[in-house]
Amino acid sequence: MPRSVVSTLGAIFALLVVVWTIGNLLRDPSEFFNVFLIGLTNGAVYGLIALGYTLVYGILQLINFAHGDVFALGGLVGSTLLLSVFDLTSDDSALVLALGIGAILLLCMAFTSTLNAGIELVAYRRLRRAPRLAALITAVGMSFILQNVGLIGWGVEYSSVPRLVPNSIAFSLGDVDFQWNKLVVLSITIPVLVLLTWLVRSTKQGKGMRATSQDPEAAAMMGVNVNRTISFTFVLAGGLAGAAGVLYLLNFTTIRYDQGFQLGLIAFTAAVLGGIGNMTGALVGALTIGLIEAFNEGLTWYTPGSDWTRSIVFGILIAILVFRPEGLLGERSPEGA
Amino acid sequence: MKLPTRMKGSGPDRHPGESSPGTGGSRLPPQLTQAWNTIPEPFRGWLLPLGFVALAFLYPQYQESLPGAFPGVGTAVIMIVFTMMAVGLNIVVGYAGLLDLGYVAFYATGAYTAGWFASLQFEQVSFHLGSVGISQDAVGIHLSVWLILLIAGSLTALAGILIGLPTLRLRGDYLAIVTLGFGEIIPQVVRNGDNIFGFDLTHGTFGISPIDSPGFGETGAAIGLPESFQQSFEREQWFYWTAVALLLFTLFCSIRLRDSRLGRAWIAIREDETAAAAMGIPLMRTKTWAYAIGAFFGGVAGAYYATFKSGAFPSDFFFNISIFLLCMVILGGMGSVWGVVLGGLILSYLDQEGLAKLGNSFSEVIGKQIDVPKYNFGVYGLIIVLMMLFRPTGLIPERRRKKELAEGVHDETFYDEAA
Repeated sequence: MPRSVVSTLGAIFALLVVVWTIGNLLRDPSEFFNVFLIGLTNGAVYGLIALGYTLVYGILQLINFAHGDVFALGGLVGSTLLLSVFDLTSDDSALVLALGIGAILLLCMAFTSTLNAGIELVAYRRLRRAPRLAALITAVGMSFILQNVGLIGWGVEYSSVPRLVPNSIAFSLGDVDFQWNKLVVLSITIPVLVLLTWLVRSTKQGKGMRATSQDPEAAAMMGVNVNRTISFTFVLAGGLAGAAGVLYLLNFTTIRYDQGFQLGLIAFTAAVLGGIGNMTGALVGALTIGLIEAFNEGLTWYTPGSDWTRSIVFGILIAILVFRPEGLLGERSPEGA
Repeated sequence: MKLPTRMKGSGPDRHPGESSPGTGGSRLPPQLTQAWNTIPEPFRGWLLPLGFVALAFLYPQYQESLPGAFPGVGTAVIMIVFTMMAVGLNIVVGYAGLLDLGYVAFYATGAYTAGWFASLQFEQVSFHLGSVGISQDAVGIHLSVWLILLIAGSLTALAGILIGLPTLRLRGDYLAIVTLGFGEIIPQVVRNGDNIFGFDLTHGTFGISPIDSPGFGETGAAIGLPESFQQSFEREQWFYWTAVALLLFTLFCSIRLRDSRLGRAWIAIREDETAAAAMGIPLMRTKTWAYAIGAFFGGVAGAYYATFKSGAFPSDFFFNISIFLLCMVILGGMGSVWGVVLGGLILSYLDQEGLAKLGNSFSEVIGKQIDVPKYNFGVYGLIIVLMMLFRPTGLIPERRRKKELAEGVHDETFYDEAA
């Protein structure tokens, strides 16, 4: 199809989406904003996972399929820590809860970081010189292995934890209710993102990462330890996935071994939507996907409904890859971070 | 940019597994050598494949006298259907080097085509053409299942083209993701398809059932063939024989295609897309053909499976099936037809019966009950990773592919760094 036709069609579609969004907004503003908040929270969790995809893709050009399952394992480990080790209940005082959750968050992040770096060491490092598809296929296989580790360890049932962060209303602005669990998710995500941005932008290791993603050979010649940099990237990505796992657990209180794959795909879509390899893009994409999902499931005016959520998300993925593979922000390297 | 390396002795008309057996018969007893020599020269190369085919066709006759580890005839049908899909996927992944993670979409399309054209699904109409074993005034469309296999293949090939046209220009890993997206969308569409603007297309989560059976009708019954497979006393045998015939047809097409102009173009693209384009191979058209033909066999297999099970259910079509099929191709050897047949038979046997049997004997040994089939996809994941790490060429490597992996004439390497 000629480019002009494509862009016209795209514009018409975007216009329809805008009309639909505004229509819903005018019909019931409070519903709209409440759904918006749900979308923002989910988007933040997706963002943490999507960043992991983007970081690894930026440096290895590998779609790390196993990433979603690292997230799920993080959540599962978190549920065990929460129930058996720390034994937190919703009756504990706020300080105990805050400290406990903080400790769980750190432990889970440490676990998923180690796991992710271990996967790279065992599976991907040997394939550096193999054809691209070999690594991709290995990642798919790895994903299935991790899923089954979750299945063996935690069984087919949902692992559920008590609701530690209440979903009661913290404060309301007009008709819009801000719930505690959403606030906590956002208040953990934002510092993590700030920290990550600082790491990639301002530290020596971050500079090494950016150099490696641009040109590994030149980076190696300039004294960057490429292998260590790649390991570091996987550690970082794994840590983000672990944080996302714990936040997901706090927000939804249940997690199952196979949820990582689905969520991973959604997060990957987010990363592609924003422009894979681009950190800001991953966040923008994740928030967009989170909002689209929440709108589709929460709004009522001419909405396809939750039966179609997955089709819509993957439809977006396909459309983006076909018509604008560089993503919304249109950059293919992570320097924009 | 690297140009494809010239390979010795791997011209288009020479492939492993096709060289004639028995030429070095000096070590055999003289009677055998003599007997071998009485076979006319042109037929000698056919002897071994024909032997296999005969063994395969006679399997229901001697299956009961085999030890219990051998699959039953009904299981064998399923094994062959999945192997057929793997051979179809091999055209896309093995020959053309396009990673397709959504092959299950083609399987689903085939199965639902059978559902649409041979069941009570569309009760608004009543149309019969060569249907067997069903009352002539039953509502719905009822075509002959033989015809439906062809229709299903064609419709699925069309679906393959429709999916392929916009996506095939993408680079390898992006293509994989897009196909994965389709593999996720189509099952959901099928599940939600009972109310598309008020029209019941797929009967939702219940699926379409029953689906008519293949058979030879009254004319066939007159010469002793079953009128309808499902109503025949030897139901499984007939399904089995037909499945073997379909697989043979798939293998024949697959091998002939590989050696054709189109097949050589696929391999050229797999080895180096830029060089292939420079040599005048139309990339898009060639890739789309790989997609369409790979999809065709997936559709036929899906439709046949649906008539065997007499139903098409949305719960059958999930992403893991695509990975299962991919695992067959990788285990056998990407691009190697016989390897994929072997890989397909092994894995589908494990999936249907083997893992359960292995699990039982394993549980007896360690004295603790372990539900091994529950972890089947973990086993497949493990197989994929181990194969990619230690034997990327598969069980029966294709000679050309082996060279490619050794010399790296494939597209840009995953990561070019002097580690």
